Amino acid sequence: MTTKIPRASAAMIGSGAQAARFGFLLLLCASTTGGFGAQTQAPKAPEPSPSAAVAGEEAPGGQNIQVPPPPFTEGIFPCTQCHDGKTVKLNTTRRKLVDMHDDIVLKHGPNRWCLDCHSAEDRDHLHLVDGELIDFSKSYLLCGQCHGDKLRDWRVGVHGKRTGEWNGKKQYLLCVHCHNPHGPRFKALKPLPPPLPPSQIKAKEGGKP
Amino acid sequence: MSDDSRKPGGEAGTPAPEEPESGSRRHFLAAAGTAAMAAALTGCKNLSMEEFVQHNFRELSKPEIQEIVKRLEKEYSTKFGKKVTVGLEPPMEGVLFGYALDLSRCIGCRRCVYACVKENNQSRDPQIHWIRVLQMDKEKGVDILEADPYYNPEEVPAPGHFYMPVQCHQCANPPCVKVCPVKATWKEKDGIVVVDYNWCIGCRYCMAACPYGARHFNWGEPGIPSEEVNPVTHYLGNRPRPKGVVEKCTFCIQRTRKGLYPACVEICPTGSRKFGNLLDPGSEIRYILENKRVFIFKEDLNTQPRFFYFYGV
Repeated sequence: MTTKIPRASAAMIGSGAQAARFGFLLLLCASTTGGFGAQTQAPKAPEPSPSAAVAGEEAPGGQNIQVPPPPFTEGIFPCTQCHDGKTVKLNTTRRKLVDMHDDIVLKHGPNRWCLDCHSAEDRDHLHLVDGELIDFSKSYLLCGQCHGDKLRDWRVGVHGKRTGEWNGKKQYLLCVHCHNPHGPRFKALKPLPPPLPPSQIKAKEGGKP
Repeated sequence: MSDDSRKPGGEAGTPAPEEPESGSRRHFLAAAGTAAMAAALTGCKNLSMEEFVQHNFRELSKPEIQEIVKRLEKEYSTKFGKKVTVGLEPPMEGVLFGYALDLSRCIGCRRCVYACVKENNQSRDPQIHWIRVLQMDKEKGVDILEADPYYNPEEVPAPGHFYMPVQCHQCANPPCVKVCPVKATWKEKDGIVVVDYNWCIGCRYCMAACPYGARHFNWGEPGIPSEEVNPVTHYLGNRPRPKGVVEKCTFCIQRTRKGLYPACVEICPTGSRKFGNLLDPGSEIRYILENKRVFIFKEDLNTQPRFFYFYGV
């Protein structure tokens, strides 16, 4: 039978450099850019499509770990559909959004606003505090600027959910699959039914209830 | 009492009773006599002679096991009206399974309980759950006297509470194995404690011995709707059980011995459940044991569980 020696790849994920920079403001907020409206609560094991996998040297977790694409609201990406500099004029004034994305309630730390995380110049990307642009599929780097301890645990597979094979191919989720970046608290769930108390369990035929 | 004292194949331990040539008069009479005795003693019309004379799984030779698996597959397939396979995947070399559950992140949603029921063909009626989630008071900590398994609020986590799912701890020093009078339960090389449902006599000593309440008895004929039966089974794991035997969590032996995560790990929406090979220094489970605050349930009983609780935060 299977005799391959299992080797869970707890390989380091991505570049650790930006991982833990505390003391900076940050974290996603939506702007005139895309919305993360559809938060995936209680994520099912994602169906990984090869194209969806984050590839390359910064793949989160090494070659055996796939991550599904970020959970955008349908049709909202690429953001440059509207934010092309002409259709919607760039406005960097801190304000309450009224015309669009007004459904987004930002509940993520004090004093944040959209352009803390979304890039004003390139709406299809996010930016780190040092201005480096990052892809939405690498948003964990952005989250990790404040939540360095969580990023560290996530890289080794302790925080977050891995599915698939314990000794081989795994699927992983981005921070934003479980935590809506605009309101990251994990939403409460309805519990499934409690077990029956012994007095209510009846043995069937022959078991003499 | 070493768990390795009896090897499959019957070469060790009890000498096989003299084997009469099949077809001989003596064999025929012995077989007929046993069958009659079986019917008389057990009063069980459904028990076939093959089943009655079947030996402990660990004493069976390979051809005998093949024969039994074929018989079982046929029996289950007929019963549930679809093809049911009974696997025999052996332990992998260099693997010792370990499990860790993050108490700081479990929200008590019970998704794992029902994923386990489905994956492992537990009886729906009468109800059997291998996983029991305990609701605890944050002020009291892990206190079994205060634990409530029947909680049912609108939403979890309920304020002021935390949750602790309990299932088989796959102990390295399992009291359940020690007390079994017929050696129908034992520890496999990869650390999984298994039950031979065909050898279990239903005395329930193991249930009394288990400090985690992890073993469950089939008081009645297990009730599973045919369409919900998981047809991928393992002889020592989730194959359909008869009435009158004890069953328990096997870390989803039918999945994990093929390299897959257990069903409870796959379903957990919070990612609180971690599973892996304790002998692999690069595994998630090793990282947790080496870097996190780990809690062993009823550690003072020296059961040496391979199921750990930890605080991920």
